[in-house]
Amino acid sequence: MMLENDNALKAEGLTIGYGERTVIDNLSLDFPAGRMTAILGPNGCGKSTLLRALARLITPGKGKVTLGSDNIFSMDTRALARRLAILPQASKAPEGITVADLVRRGRTPWRGLFSAWSEADAAAVARALKEVGLTDMSERPIDQLSGGQRQRAWVALVLAQDTPCLLLDEPTTWLDLTHQIEVLSLIRERNRAQGVTVVTVLHDLNLAARFYDTLVLLGPNGMVAAGAPQDVLTEDNLMIGFGLSAMVVPDPITGTPMVVPR
Amino acid sequence: MRAMAVAVLALVLAAVLTLTVGVREGGFSLVWQALSAFDPNDPAHIAIQSVRMPRLIAGLIAGAALGMAGTIMQAITRNPLADPGILGINAGAAFAVVIGSLIAGRADNGLMAALAFPGAAAAAVAVFALGGGLKGDAGPVRLTLAGVALSAMLLSFVSAIILARNEALEVFRFWVTGSLAQAGMRPLGYMAIAAVFGACLAIAIAPRIEALSLGSALARGLGTKPGRIQLGALVAVTALTGAAVGVAGPVAFLGLLVPRLARRAGGHVLRRELIASAILGAAILLFADTIGRIVIPPTEIRVGTMTALIGAPMFIWMARRLRAGASA
Repeated sequence: MMLENDNALKAEGLTIGYGERTVIDNLSLDFPAGRMTAILGPNGCGKSTLLRALARLITPGKGKVTLGSDNIFSMDTRALARRLAILPQASKAPEGITVADLVRRGRTPWRGLFSAWSEADAAAVARALKEVGLTDMSERPIDQLSGGQRQRAWVALVLAQDTPCLLLDEPTTWLDLTHQIEVLSLIRERNRAQGVTVVTVLHDLNLAARFYDTLVLLGPNGMVAAGAPQDVLTEDNLMIGFGLSAMVVPDPITGTPMVVPR
Repeated sequence: MRAMAVAVLALVLAAVLTLTVGVREGGFSLVWQALSAFDPNDPAHIAIQSVRMPRLIAGLIAGAALGMAGTIMQAITRNPLADPGILGINAGAAFAVVIGSLIAGRADNGLMAALAFPGAAAAAVAVFALGGGLKGDAGPVRLTLAGVALSAMLLSFVSAIILARNEALEVFRFWVTGSLAQAGMRPLGYMAIAAVFGACLAIAIAPRIEALSLGSALARGLGTKPGRIQLGALVAVTALTGAAVGVAGPVAFLGLLVPRLARRAGGHVLRRELIASAILGAAILLFADTIGRIVIPPTEIRVGTMTALIGAPMFIWMARRLRAGASA
């Protein structure tokens, strides 16, 4: 059994730049195991860059990222893919592919060069389809689904990857409110049921406060705050991070902070 | 599964027709005798063993190889117009063989085998560089244009070189439009080995190619290395295309036609699609060859011309359906 702490992600002294421009400067952050952390901030503050570094999709200029006790930049690619999954923004499916065939591709890191499809693979795919509620539509081509269903199919792909750590880059963008809540709920179900560590880049502050345990607010000049929603979403922090004048009131349903722009 | 069974039946029928059509008398039973109880003194038996069998084997190698090469190329470029002929890889192999034998002053099978593969690989790399494929996603239109241009250029070089050398017209034709005639003269053994190697490699890396077709970020998240997958696909396509060109010359459009049909038989599971492509590719090439032999006797229409007759209208139809900048 893996220790709980093996699924904690940690950024240490992370510095990332594109050419001359430094996007993230000496950032250290903990993403606790089994918790849901949302990365928030204005456009261009480096949210996606940070997430991509956490998944080793980009190599930082300085610093490191650890998963448990391992530096992810020195791990074997496949070993990492069995412990950490990432759903990048706006992925495109091959024309005509069915939901089931798309989700099956999430099993890639578990399959050897000539090994056949296993029971475990089939079970993981079936469970992922069930979690996102697409079991009945599994043989339908992706292009025939609605936007919300399509996004759930992509989430099912990373759920089928069956990793204790799950990274998602703006999984709710382009979805209407109902479908945003649907997608975040099913991610939280996976988190609560299996203690999966979740890190998500999100735009909607109020949904982040509702669904996530920890928020990280990045501003134009680096990290503004990190911690529980009520400690991060304060009027001062919103001014520093977004340059937004807003009132923060308790959400009438959940009591979590709710941002109301002035 | 039913579609796969139909494909296998089609291949068996095509093979039987390749061996029997045009055999003067005796038909199938004569062919059967020549294969099961070969009589070295019977000229009909000799004809079947030395003419028909090589033709069948060359058709199997070239058809299966081009079908699989087309399927890999379409999967990795996400371009439904990708085909070893259209993207200039056939032409690269033909060009390398022709210019190599010109420099060396000979044209034996060993030399040809040594030249066809680097030629195919160089053309594949060149077309990706020209089409912007090296910097992330190349749009299908750009890649296709680069391939068509490269193919036309290389084949016109081939024509220029051979015409200037006053070679027999038949030699010239073989390197511009493929043919299965005189297959006994081709290096069937070497090319069969190369094709089998390419096929095994393609089957082995198929799940990784599937991951890559979801975009390189997601592919890396799934634990694959896009650069290595692309290299593996390049080696597989080179081995398959080089083998096909070595036995049949540059046959165009087969790799365009076959993957579309294979997708119906194989769903969206690349390994099944590859196997279906091999079966269907061989069946279609053999059918096309047999039809080409019987439409205007006593002359025959070359199989490369036959595939172009079927494939070119299909290419135009598919290109018209493609939106500029679309990726699938």
